[in-house]
Amino acid sequence: MPVAAVPSFLPALPEMFVGAAALALLMVGVFRGERSGTLVSWLSVVAFVVAAVLVLKFGLVRRVALNGMFITDGFGAFMKIVVLAGSAVSVLFALDYNQRQGIARFEFPVLVVLATAGMMMMISAYDLISLYIGLELQSLALYVVASFDRDSVRSTEAGLKYFVLGALASGMLLFGASMVYGFAGATGFEALQHALQGGGARSIGLLFGLVFIVVGLAFKVSAVPFHMWTPDVYEGAPTPVTAFFSVAPKTAAVALFVRVMVDPFGHLVSEWAQVIWAISVASMILGALAAINQQNIKRLMAYSSIANVGYALIGLATGGDKGVRGVLLYMAIYAVMTIGAFGCILCMRRQGKMVEGIADLSGLARNQPGLALALGIFMFSLAGIPPLAGFLAKFYIFLAAIDAGFYGLAVIGVLASVVGAYYYVRIVKVMYFDEPAPAFDRPVSPVVGAVLAIAAVLILLFFAFPAPLTDSATAAAATLFSE
Amino acid sequence: MRDLPLLSLVTFLPILGVLFIMPLRGEAEKVANNARWIALWTSLATFLLSAHLWWQFDPSTADFQFVERASWLPEYRISYHMGVDGISLFFVLLSTFLTPICVIASWAPITTRVKEYMIAFLVLETMMVGMFCALDFVVFYMFFEGVLIPMYLIIGVWGGPRRVYAAFKFFLYTLLGSVLMLLAILQIYFLVGGTTDIPTALHSQIPAAMQTWLWLAFFASFAVKVPMWPVHTWLPDAHVEAPTAGSVMLAGVLLKMGGYGFIRFSLPMMPDASGTFAPLVFGLSVVAIIYTSLVALAQDDMKKLIAYSSVAHMGIVTIGIFTVTAEGLQGAMIQMLSHGVVSAALFLCVGVVYDRLHTREIARYGGLVHNMPKYAFCFMVFTLASVGLPGTSGFVGEFLALLGAFEAGQTSRASPWVAFLATTGMILGAAYMLYLYRRVIFEKIMREDVRRMVDLHWREIVVFVPMIAVVLWMGIYPNSFLKPMQPSLARVIERVPAAASLPPSGHLAQR
Repeated sequence: MPVAAVPSFLPALPEMFVGAAALALLMVGVFRGERSGTLVSWLSVVAFVVAAVLVLKFGLVRRVALNGMFITDGFGAFMKIVVLAGSAVSVLFALDYNQRQGIARFEFPVLVVLATAGMMMMISAYDLISLYIGLELQSLALYVVASFDRDSVRSTEAGLKYFVLGALASGMLLFGASMVYGFAGATGFEALQHALQGGGARSIGLLFGLVFIVVGLAFKVSAVPFHMWTPDVYEGAPTPVTAFFSVAPKTAAVALFVRVMVDPFGHLVSEWAQVIWAISVASMILGALAAINQQNIKRLMAYSSIANVGYALIGLATGGDKGVRGVLLYMAIYAVMTIGAFGCILCMRRQGKMVEGIADLSGLARNQPGLALALGIFMFSLAGIPPLAGFLAKFYIFLAAIDAGFYGLAVIGVLASVVGAYYYVRIVKVMYFDEPAPAFDRPVSPVVGAVLAIAAVLILLFFAFPAPLTDSATAAAATLFSE
Repeated sequence: MRDLPLLSLVTFLPILGVLFIMPLRGEAEKVANNARWIALWTSLATFLLSAHLWWQFDPSTADFQFVERASWLPEYRISYHMGVDGISLFFVLLSTFLTPICVIASWAPITTRVKEYMIAFLVLETMMVGMFCALDFVVFYMFFEGVLIPMYLIIGVWGGPRRVYAAFKFFLYTLLGSVLMLLAILQIYFLVGGTTDIPTALHSQIPAAMQTWLWLAFFASFAVKVPMWPVHTWLPDAHVEAPTAGSVMLAGVLLKMGGYGFIRFSLPMMPDASGTFAPLVFGLSVVAIIYTSLVALAQDDMKKLIAYSSVAHMGIVTIGIFTVTAEGLQGAMIQMLSHGVVSAALFLCVGVVYDRLHTREIARYGGLVHNMPKYAFCFMVFTLASVGLPGTSGFVGEFLALLGAFEAGQTSRASPWVAFLATTGMILGAAYMLYLYRRVIFEKIMREDVRRMVDLHWREIVVFVPMIAVVLWMGIYPNSFLKPMQPSLARVIERVPAAASLPPSGHLAQR
């Protein structure tokens, strides 16, 4: 191999590092034995931090590497940072939780690291093959993590459901990819883009393939009508895993979705925009309506995540850089809100047992005013009430929609957000207006408490200092459209 | 003094109070007392600062004054832009005037979670003042919607038995209207060249076809806030369930947001659409005045009665606004300020007897004049101001607004029926208010518990005296209020294609 080829690996250094870290951590775990869970967890957090630094160092410039299979750009770097942060926080959440539930095994952080490597690969995929490899690496790790509490029927059920349906979606995606390859003659994104330029190679078979790919991706982001697995998996999986699911893989899948639509199939925007439109509307409406009657807060968060994907997809449907910028901001802010909300759910423990009913939050404002305030902030933010960050997230999305002339989508979106506000605000009602239920166990784990406090402050004060995030999102979105 | 960011100070001073109240810990009784005092001093300081604002205000210009501008989201050309003109100045004063009154009025009645209560009111004050000062749409919208959070909590935590229902109804109704306005704001952003600066938008021409949609979107938001018939139904519920001070803020300031929005945005930015839809507004307002007045006559809950009277009075405001005459607009403004004080005071009057007997049922009272003469006097002043007796603020507002309606009735702008029916509403207003007053204050005392009720506490007198003073001041010398707002209102009228130059419609031609 010529020496000059070596530097072309550099763009993929963060991914390689995370992959190697997973193997190293596995070794540490195996040699240190069963009790090494805490050590491996902290080491994995360190690995995520190092990976984030590497992403910022090597991932910001647009470079295609590994024979056109792999791309780094600002867009990818932005999403990878969100994913890494989400993964790190999930591992931290699991530290205390797994110990209390008696499932503190070192395999958990290792699996999360492996899944994260897959997600980073997905975000940087520049070929349908590397896309699939990344997706499967992620998914297989996630199936195991979902059923990590293997003595719990709910957890194993969640893992199995996720596996069966996930495999089906992967199959669809693969089928679509093969059709695209058959009709366009390429799997590389750049080649596909060239092939589709100026209306060339636009055949019904290709569109079929595109639709199948969209179906597969819609499943991964849990958009309606491919959302059925979400509530069950979210409810059944251990809470830190649910937090993980609703942030990191979702962000990675949305990033992948955006890249696949905008990059190789950018010339077919008129074909797929209507599909995204329909998926987005369906997700927003179903997410808003189905959540109203939920009694379990994790299920509620599942429907909330479905609705939120609907909003993020508005940005994609517009197909422009303003829309992508909206998606980036939305996913970043959504990640913080969701992490915060799940941090609060992790504190819902009574006499050593986790409780998940919304009614269990009754009168929380009197027993634990701090926790109630934090959850209240996240709920109002998810509802999109200013001046909280959730409002600005929606603001950028709707700004893009209006700019692109998607009035119908914008109107449906805001109306659905009013319906959605009902169930978020209902949680505030339960916490603040109802008579207190027995108090939750104290003290809250210091790690969870710290994450909660940071998330709450970020959400509350984002409006005062939005520039760092908005500027980087603008720069990141621009890289996707610069050619 | 000129270089101080006065408006930001007025807006965010209450937050400083919140920061002091937050860390209070220890004995419940002490915490409650300290929270009360901090809230009182903060709100009084805010009021004095805003009074200084009025003192420094230059009444001869229509331009925005005390302007502050700071870069916020430069890439979107969204900035933190604040300023007041003759229209917003008095709403700022109204908000800062009512907040200390609310704090004092809640001194004894509120005993649970006092700390949070005071925090909610101070945050509410910041939101309200900020909303009236904002000169950027995004800043405006943030404050406009931000009001929902403290108000939702105030109704829901300290409210009456059906507080949850009322809080949700209030929250969702208002939110539904506002989100449509948000889309309109985004559309304006692109129409005026990628900025959310309000003064820029006020000087831009928006294509007439687009105006229709934008006007309707803004209308959805403001009509709910005002509230106009038939979207007023949240108001009686919210008022009845809210604690007294919550009702004061709702009636005193929150309803004014709608009227302010019409004057600030709808008229100058969508002048053509405002002309087109004026008959709709007139129609709804007339229905509101007559219908809610009749409904008010039939109420047996005091708070509900006053809530319905609010809808009727705000109907006169919307008529005054959409006549787009100098008299009509000035009348609407005075009527809003007057209603802000008078209905707030009436809710406080209800609160006084409610605190003693814990019922708002009119039939439970009667003959209060015998054992509560001071109360009877205060209640009388506000009843008469609400009816619109000359010499009180209510008269000036209603008179000018109706004058505007009659004037518009001369031209094609409004049908003469509008003025006629609105005036009828005033007579009905006198009927239900005096009927209420008679049933509560006069007649013989029939019940033992009513006989034992004691007259006003000095703290309650402290609340009522400044309000009576304002009502009389506005009624006897309205010029100190009218003068600063005239240039700004004149500019609004300029923006609207002159009422007279509209193509003559049918009934004018017949004349």
